[in-house]
Order: sequence, then C-alpha cells, then structure tokens
Amino acid sequence: MRNDILVFAEHFRGTLNDITYELLGKGRELAQSLDSRLLVSLLGHEVGGLVERLGVADQVCLVDRPELKEFASDSTKAVLEAILADVQPRLVLLGSTSIGLELLGLISARKGIPCLDNCTRLESRDGKLVATCQIYGGKVFVEVALPEATTLVAVVPGSFPKEPGEVASKPELRNIALPPVLPEARTTFRKLLEPPSGDVDITKAPILVGVGRGIQNADNMSLAEELAAALSGVVCASRPVIDQGWLPLTRQVGKSGMTVKPKLYLALGISGAPEHLEGMKQSELIVAVNTDPNAPIFSVAHYGAVVDALELLPLLTEEVSNQVTKKASA
Amino acid sequence: MNIAVLAKQVPDLVEGLEIDPSGKALDVNYLRYILSESDDHALEQALLLKEKVGGRVEVFALNQGEARESLVAAIAKGADRAVLVDAGLDSPLNNHAAAQIFAGLLGGGLFDLILTGVRAIDDLDGSLGGLVAGSLDLPYAALIRKAEADGDGKTVIVQKEYPGGYAVELVVRLPAVLGIQAAEQPPRYVPISRLRQVMKTATVEEVSVAPPSQQPLDVTCLFKPEEGAGAVMISGGAQEAARQIMSLLSERRLLR
Amino acid sequence: MGTLQVSPIPDKPSVFFPEIASAEDKFRACLQCGVCSASCPMAKAMDFPPRKAVKMLMEGRFNEVVESNTPWLCVSCHTCAARCPSKLQISDGLFPALRAAVMAGGKPLPSDLQKALQNTYLYGNPMGESPRKRADWAKTAGVPVPRISQLRRPVDVLWIVECSPSFDPRNQEVSRKLARILNTLGVDFAILGHEERCMGDCEWLAGERGLFEMHIERNIDIFNKYRFKQILLTDPHAYRALRNIYPSMGGVFDVQHYTQFLAERLDQLKPLLKQKLNATVTYHDSCCLGRKMSIYDGPRALLQALPGLKLVEMIQNRESSLCCGGGSVTVFLDRFIQERVKDRLADQRVEQAVATKAEILAVACPYEPSRFEDAVKITGHEGKLMVCDIIEMLANSMGLA
Repeated sequence: MRNDILVFAEHFRGTLNDITYELLGKGRELAQSLDSRLLVSLLGHEVGGLVERLGVADQVCLVDRPELKEFASDSTKAVLEAILADVQPRLVLLGSTSIGLELLGLISARKGIPCLDNCTRLESRDGKLVATCQIYGGKVFVEVALPEATTLVAVVPGSFPKEPGEVASKPELRNIALPPVLPEARTTFRKLLEPPSGDVDITKAPILVGVGRGIQNADNMSLAEELAAALSGVVCASRPVIDQGWLPLTRQVGKSGMTVKPKLYLALGISGAPEHLEGMKQSELIVAVNTDPNAPIFSVAHYGAVVDALELLPLLTEEVSNQVTKKASA
Repeated sequence: MNIAVLAKQVPDLVEGLEIDPSGKALDVNYLRYILSESDDHALEQALLLKEKVGGRVEVFALNQGEARESLVAAIAKGADRAVLVDAGLDSPLNNHAAAQIFAGLLGGGLFDLILTGVRAIDDLDGSLGGLVAGSLDLPYAALIRKAEADGDGKTVIVQKEYPGGYAVELVVRLPAVLGIQAAEQPPRYVPISRLRQVMKTATVEEVSVAPPSQQPLDVTCLFKPEEGAGAVMISGGAQEAARQIMSLLSERRLLR
Repeated sequence: MGTLQVSPIPDKPSVFFPEIASAEDKFRACLQCGVCSASCPMAKAMDFPPRKAVKMLMEGRFNEVVESNTPWLCVSCHTCAARCPSKLQISDGLFPALRAAVMAGGKPLPSDLQKALQNTYLYGNPMGESPRKRADWAKTAGVPVPRISQLRRPVDVLWIVECSPSFDPRNQEVSRKLARILNTLGVDFAILGHEERCMGDCEWLAGERGLFEMHIERNIDIFNKYRFKQILLTDPHAYRALRNIYPSMGGVFDVQHYTQFLAERLDQLKPLLKQKLNATVTYHDSCCLGRKMSIYDGPRALLQALPGLKLVEMIQNRESSLCCGGGSVTVFLDRFIQERVKDRLADQRVEQAVATKAEILAVACPYEPSRFEDAVKITGHEGKLMVCDIIEMLANSMGLA
C-alpha cells in the first residue's frame, strides 16, 4: 500500500457532479499532508472530455468503455477493483450517493477492505487519518481513526467546499490493466425517469423560502407563498412536506431532491435532518426558525430564532412588504 | 418468489441520546429501540411482492432491542417465518459482522430476493445490504422505491432514485439484494388486538450462531453537535424576530 | 331557533364495538327516518351517509361501506346519535366498528391517523413525544405542580392533564393558568407526570380496540397505585372515556370536567374575579362536553361570573351546536377530510360567532383554541374575534395571567 489518495469521480448526463470536486479538493489537501499523490478514477463511455476538469489530480485512471455508459454496479465495481489493485491507495474517497452507496459495501465485503460511511470531516493528524461521521439523524458525530490499510470512505455531499477541487488543466493519464471483457452486469439500465417538469427550477432561484413539518398543513402553504412573493423568491420544502403532496417533487431540497445554493435560504419549521441539510447547507445566508432550540438546522444556520414559523410568517411578510414599499417610494 | 427481509433495531431518537462516560458509546440506560424505518419499508415491499406473485416472506433479525416484537409484528402483517438470530454477544454488532452472520444464514440460493433498508440511522461502516451482497457475490441495487417481478420469475424491474428528482429503471437478475428507500405504499398498520393475538399464537424461531470475527472500528470519541452553534440567535418573540430578520435582509441588500 | 329535547346519550358497554353480526341485531331498530343523515355535517361528502350505511348493514352490504370514504369522514360530533329516535349508537358504535373493519382487513388508513396510533402505542401520546417530557409544561407554570408519586400521600384531586394540554404549546398556556387557579383556590391536587398516558378516547373512536383496552388496563393499574378523591380533566374526550367506559373495565372513579369543578366553587371564585372583562362573549359548546356529556350550564355560569361580560348565544348552541371539525381522533383525519370537503366546519362556526357580534369566542376543550384561531385567520376576521379557553379568561380576571 502506498500513501496515495484515490477519488472516485461521479458524473451524470455528461457533467461531473459537485461531489467529485468536493472530494478532489479534500483529496489534494490530504495528499499534501501525507506527502503523497492524488489520483482520480473516471469511468464511463465517451467521457474523455471530462479529463481536463480533473486538473487538481496528479493522475487520472480513465476507463472508457461502452459497457460503462450507464452506471451498473457489477461492471463499475470490477473496474474499480482493478484500479485499486494497481494503485493500492491509502484512502479511496467516494460520495455517499446513489452510486457510492452501492459500491461501498460491495467492494468492502468482497475485498475485505474496511469502509466508513456518512463522513463529514476528514483530516490528517500526526500522520494518521481521522474521519468524523454523522449518525442518528445528525444528532451524534463519531470520530474514527482510520486503520493503517487501504480504506474506503463515503463522504456526505456538501461536506467540503468544491472550489479547491476545480482546477482546469490536463492531468497525466494512467493506464490500468483491465480484462478485455468485463463481467456481465446483472443489473442493467432500462430507462431514465425524469422529474415532472413545467415548474420553477429552484436551483436557479436566488431566494428560497423553505418550509418543513412546522408548516403543519396544506392551508398554511399560502403564508409561505405570500412571503416568497414579497421577497421575489420561491417556496421549496423538505421531504415530509413533499411526501404530503403539498408541493411537487421539483421543490424538494435534500438528498433525494435538489441541492441549492441561493443567496438566501429561509428555513421555516424545518428541523434539519441530515438529508435536508445536505441539500442546502452551502447557501450563502441561512436564517432558520424553529420552536425547538436543539433543532439541527441551527448548526448550519447563520441566524436563528426560536419562534413558531406559523406565527412569524405573516409578520415577516408584512415587515418586508412595508420595507419594499418604503424603498420604492423613496 | 422467496424473499428474505433483514430487519434491524436502532435507537429511538424520540427519547434523546446521551453519550456514556467513556465518550466512545451511547449511554444505554435511556435507550429505547425500534425497528429501523427503511427496514419497515423493506418488509412492506416484500409483502406487496408476495401479494402479487405469491411465494414466501421470511424475516431475520439479530437479537437486540425489541427485535422479538418487531418479528411478531412482521408475522401479524403476513410474513411466513420469523427468525431471531443470537450471536451470543452483548453489544451491538457493526454491519460488517452482521453481514457475515446473514450471509452464512442466507447463502445457498434459498432466496430469490433479499430486501433490507438502504440505510439505518446508526450505519457507520457501510449499509447492511451492500455488505451482504458483496459477501454472497449477489447483484445489489440501492435506493429502490419500486420493485416488480418480471413474468419469467428470473428478474425484477426496479426504480432506483437519483438526486434532483431523477430515477432510473433497472432490470435486476435474480437472486439479488435490494436496498429499499421506500416501499410502494406506506408500511401497513397492525391493529394491536391482532398483534396481541399473534403474540400468543405465533412462533419466532431462534437460531444461535457463532460470534463472527469482528474488526471493530477505532472509535476515538462520540460527541453531540453544539446546540445552535454557529447560528447567531435572535431573541424575543415572533414580532421582534420578524423585525430583525427584515433588517438583516435589507442590510445584505436582499430586498428588491 | 329552539333546541331539541334530547337526553344524554348512554354508553352501554354492550353496544361498544358491535361485531357485525350483533350490530345488525342492534340496528334493526332503525326506522330509516333519515334524521341522522339530515343532521350529519359530513353527509354530503360521504359515499354512504349514516342512514344509507345502516341500510346497507341490514342488506349485508357492509363491506361496501367499509371500503368507501364513509368511515373516515365522520367527525364524531354525535348529532346523529343524539337525535336518533331509536337511540342507535351511530357515531359512537357503528363508526368505530367500520374503522375496526378497515384495519382488520389490512386496508390503508389515513396516514396521519396511522402515525398517531403508532405513536400512542409507543409513547402514550399521538404526537410522538417522549413520555419523559410530559410534565415539562409545568416547569414554567410559576406555581408548584406536584407529582403524585413524589407526594407519597393521598390527595384530593388527581388532575389528568392529557396529551394535547401537555405537549401542544397553545394548550400548555392553558394548563399553566389552570395550575395557577388551582393554587389560588387552595386545591390539594397533583398530576401523574411522566406516568400519564393517553386516556384512550381517540383509539376508541378510531376503532382500535386492542390499543384502547391496553391503555385502559394500564391506566387503571396506575390509578390504583395512588389514593385520591376525584379526577379532574380539561379534555372532554378523556372525561367521557373515564366517566362512561372505564367503569365497565373495572375503573370506577369520581370524575369531573374543570367546568363542573370550578362551577361548584363559584362562591369562592367570584370574589377573586377582580379585573373586568368588558367584552361580548359567545360560548362554543363542544360536541363531547355538550351533546355527549350534557354539560351546558356550568361553563355558562363561569362566564357569567366574570364581571363586565355580556354573554350571547350563536344560532346553533347547546344540543344543536356545530362541530369544530377536529376533536379527538378527527384531528388526525384532517387532511383526509380536507381533501374531500371544501367548507370547513371550523370556518362556518367562526362565521356564526362573528354574526353574534361577539369579541371573544369562549371554549372549554383543548382541541378548540388552535382550530378556531386558524379559522379566524382564514375567514379574515383576525383582530375582530379572539379565541379563549374559559380557564384563560378566569385566570386573566384573577390577575394570574
């Protein structure tokens, strides 16, 4: 085993996902502290064009094959295992994502490689790698010293900034010896199901008014809509609200929904389950309102108030409307 | 179709969590356990498949927390067999160790499908489904929200969730393991009278297995996030909060 | 409009949860007169309104009713049962049986209700709050609120606070004020604290007999551990359960709703009501306290004791009072009902209150304040009509707010 860091790059519909840059940025930092190299694996079909976006890495293991056009864990796993055998990295960084969740356990169990999930922090301390992982809905954090052996770590998207990973230049390509034929995939892609369209794209809205269980019922949605209108923003929600059918799927913020980074995210009656935080914690200004002073949302918010969102909504709408009117007539 | 469901007990967050004096584990004094939510969905999905295409649903759980009661509830909902697995250990096993045990029990092609929740709130070393699939060299698909048996009985068609509201339809060759995110309908309700009745009449099988070899993680400490840390808290009631938030937005030039 | 002469509805144990076979027997007395359907506020939205449902029961077509939307649209206002000339237990017997049949058949329940029942099973309250936090509301009461387990002596009054008044922020305010009133009156009282669990009324109405029996058995065991002269309640639904159902299962206690308890102490209370109210007030008779348990005068006596208060009646009052649409189990059917019924009962009731030119809508049931306050906002009467529990009005007048 060498001290190199290997990042598993994820892409969707021709673009690299943000998690890839987040992992690259952190990978670069760790490689520097361990005085080792950063490698990245890029698997897919006709993805060569993405190589130049991986400039922060020292080497790219590019595997471009028709069988890898759509993600299938059998084929991806076989290729990744070959890369691991070749590179023998100290640490493999994956996203705790739809793809990472499949690969993590499969490779760990088959190859006897230790693994960790739900990682939100990773650092090198006196030559040892220490990961911090979140469990119990984000209420408890666990610090784990990684074993002195190749370890797989799945990272919660949004845990690290992506800017340090965005270096455009042409990294060196590394050849990996692969079997001429990959094992037949036992899970095969049939078709892509798109989300219902014809609605606002919340990822593009600069101001978002987020509602959670604290909104209590569908009637109160109008209070949120009024505030959004006064702010020229858009209403979005955490999963429980979407599950109730009070807003369409396209307004869902969080792990299974959209990731948003607006200038302002107002979290009203949202407790802050990790799945939701993942989708909005990188917003520029987060103001959270919840009756529970221990709500996890306050750990990512910049400003918070322990009041009832339903009480606050009409009051804030009035304050904003008055201010806006004042400015207009000034 | 023969389906196995792996059901895990997890700490109930309603009771709040305290960290024990060692700082490396939860204080078990106030801990109450319940069935992991996505395992409940896995059971529901299994029952729905059985209702459509026939077959058997067998539920397996490690002896921990209220596992026995969860198994009885599973029978009350329609499971054909419930097995309580004892590995002779006091402390909860990590998922790697649990996967070893289940792989030992479920190997040999007994089941067409093994369903389990895609993640549990106490997952630290990866989720159980992937680890079991890896141990048994079975195909694995995670974050599944729908599963239909194909006419030939050799495959299932599933829907796998991706972010942004996207999903993908996959054809999965059996036997396979699925990590369930949500069943096609919410887990069904068992009236307490039926639960109590089943408690008296149903048999939960007990199986003892040798303690698995464990490679425990080197946990240096457990800690809770500081309450409200990071957020500047606005005091006063709703009116005051509205005023201050409005000033903040105005200051930051966020108002039109 | 005159009030109908009706007698209090009996809760005969033998009529509880009629098995379908025996239900047919009991409902054979149905005259098919249609008074139930005509009185039912939900009849228009039901696939099979009450009269039709009973007819189908007789015709052996019960399954069709079980599978329709009918079981979950009943708001348990008991108007049907109150007016039925054959005194049939429709809202309180037939409907729980319908719901039990839905559950027994493994059919889906409205999701909010399922969650509430699961929470009640696990934590003894439908909100899913930790039972250890049940008495947290008392920490800021400003007066001692003793736990009976810590007193280690008999008390006069065991105050069962119940779930909503313990956990719901709006109702916690009312609980605190009652604690202050009891203290001022020198009442020797205590609460159960974290030993308290749901009294079981909403499981009863939901048709969850097993859960209901489990709670009653457990609650009776807890009560029997302690010595007290009577039980005091603010929740009319818990009051009904303790008065009418617990005795048949071995739990016989002297139970009073707070309106009865305080009305008996009016002589002591009146001189303490110092601050004048100067408002026109109308009182909402809750279905359970009024129609079901026949308590109409006590609350009015308390209101009329308040100086400067002018009491007016809404067009539907006493036995003809209009349901708020969300008592006990119905709170968990809200979403199901609202998806199918446009005109909300609470809104209609608020309009009736506004029509009397009252400034305050007085209530005596924990399900009312939030419900009516929301309705006041929705109907655009905010600032014109306040909603207060009688306890709050008394406490204000006593300077205990």
